[in-house]
Amino acid sequence: MYISIEGASREYFFKGRGRTVALEKVNLEIKKGEFICLLGPSGCGKTTLLNLIAGFDRPTTGFVKINGEIAAKPSVNRITIFQNYGLLPWRTVLRNVELGLESKKIDKKKRLQIAEEYIELVGLSAYKKHHPAQLSGGMQQRVALARALAVDPEILLMDEPLGALDAMTRMSMQDEIERLWQEKKKTIIFVTHDIEEAVFLADRIVIMTPSPGKVKSVVEVPLARKRDRTGSDFLKIRDRVFAEFELKPRDMTEYYL
Amino acid sequence: MIRMEILKKTLKVVISISVLVSIWQFAVLTGRYEPSLLPSPTKVFEAMTELIKDGTLLTHFRVSLTRFFIGYLVAIFAGITLGLLLGWNKSVWSFIEPVVQVLRPVSPIAWFPFIVLWFGIGDAPAIVIIFIAGFFPILLSTVSGVGNVDPIYLKVADNFGIRQPQMLFKIILPAAFPLIANGLHLALGSAWVFLVAGEMVGAQSGLGYLIIDARNSLRSDLVLAGIIFIGALGLLLDRLIKLLETGIEKQWGISRRGRN
Repeated sequence: MYISIEGASREYFFKGRGRTVALEKVNLEIKKGEFICLLGPSGCGKTTLLNLIAGFDRPTTGFVKINGEIAAKPSVNRITIFQNYGLLPWRTVLRNVELGLESKKIDKKKRLQIAEEYIELVGLSAYKKHHPAQLSGGMQQRVALARALAVDPEILLMDEPLGALDAMTRMSMQDEIERLWQEKKKTIIFVTHDIEEAVFLADRIVIMTPSPGKVKSVVEVPLARKRDRTGSDFLKIRDRVFAEFELKPRDMTEYYL
Repeated sequence: MIRMEILKKTLKVVISISVLVSIWQFAVLTGRYEPSLLPSPTKVFEAMTELIKDGTLLTHFRVSLTRFFIGYLVAIFAGITLGLLLGWNKSVWSFIEPVVQVLRPVSPIAWFPFIVLWFGIGDAPAIVIIFIAGFFPILLSTVSGVGNVDPIYLKVADNFGIRQPQMLFKIILPAAFPLIANGLHLALGSAWVFLVAGEMVGAQSGLGYLIIDARNSLRSDLVLAGIIFIGALGLLLDRLIKLLETGIEKQWGISRRGRN
C-alpha cells in the first residue's frame, strides 16, 4: 500500500493526571491518488492522525508508513494545508508561493516562473503583488493551495482547510480542490467535520468517533465526478454517513437488539 | 478629507503652543518672578535665534546626533542579535533573564563612574550611556518577539524543508519584526533622554553640555532655548521612527485595524 497505517495510537501523558488517548489503534490503507476524508466531531483524533501522516508527530505505538518508509519527520513530499492558511503575512502572494521552492535547488528565474504558473492555476494572477491581509479568506486558501502544489508533493494533507469560510465560498472551494486533485493527480487526505463536504469530495470517508479517538468505519463513495450535491444517490450516501454517526433518529433500537 | 485632518491637527498644535506661551508671558508680566528665574518668551526666542545664528546650535547638534546614532545603532545591532539568539535558546535565556531584569531598571547614569574609568572622557562615555539606554528595550522586545512567533509559521517552514539558519532570517526575524520595531521606538525615546543626561555629566560639547554651559554662565534664557531645541529634535526623531514603524507594518501586511 502507498500509505499504510498499522495499529497507530497516540497517547498524551500528563504529570500526575495520567494519560489521554487521542488516537487508538488505527489501521488504514490508502492507495496512491485516492481522495480520503477523515470525518468526525472535534476530539475524534482526526487532526492527530493527520499530524502523524505529516510527520509533525509520531505514534506512541504502531507505524505510519509511506511508500514503505516510516514517516518520522515532515517532508516536502507531504504538504499540510491549515485552516488558518499559514501564509506569511510579510510576504506577497508571489513570495509566499515561492517559499517552498527556496529550499530546493532551483534558480531564481525558474522559481519565479513556477510560482507564477501555480498562482495562475488558482486564478490569482491579478493579486500576486498583494499581501495576504489584503485578500479574502477564500483567496488566502487558494494561495496556500498554490504554495503547496508548487513544490509538487505527492500527498496533500488538509486540516479543515475550508472551516473558516462561509457556506457559498466553501462550496466553490470544494469544486476548486476537486478540480486541482483531478488535474494534478495528488493523494489527498482531507480532515473535515462537514458530512456533505466529505460526501462531495471523498473516494472513501473514514468515520471517526471521539473519546478515545478511533476509526469507526470506512464508507465508500462510488459516485461519479463531478457530483451533484442534490442528487438522490448523493443524498443516499449522506444519509448512510448520518446513520453511522447515529444522527438519524430511526432504527436506533436496531443497535440494541 | 486628509487635507482637512492635517489642517485641524496643525490648528490644534498652534493653539496649544500659543496658550502655553500666553500663560508664560502673563506670568512674566505680573512681575512677581525674577527675570533670571523665569526669562520671558521674547528673551528665550532671542536666545534661540542667537544660538542658530552664531552656529553654536549646529555644532552641538552635530556632535550630539553623531554620538546618538553611534550608540543607538550599536544598541540595535547588539540587542537584535542577542535577542534572536536568546529568544531562540529558551534555556539559556532563563539563566540570563534574572540578570537582565536586575540591570534594566538601573539608570544608565548610575554607571557613569565606571564608564569614565573604563572608557575615559570625550565622546565615549555619552555613547556608552546611549547604548545602555537603548540596548535593554531592544533586547527584551526581540526576545519576546521571537517567543511570540506563531508556531504555525515554524510548522509551515519545517514542512517546506527550511532549516536553520534560513529559518532565523526567513521566518523568525520577520515574524518578530513588528515587536522589534516597537522596541526600537521605545529605545529611541529613552536613548534620546539619556543622551542629554550623559552630556551633562561628562562631555565638553553637545546639547547637554550646552545647557550646563548656559547654567554656569547664569543664562537661564539659553537653558530654556536649549530645552526647546532638545524637545523639538527628540520629537522629530520620534516621528521619523514612527514612520519607519508604520512602513514596516504595511510591508508586513499588518494593519493596525487588524485583519479581516
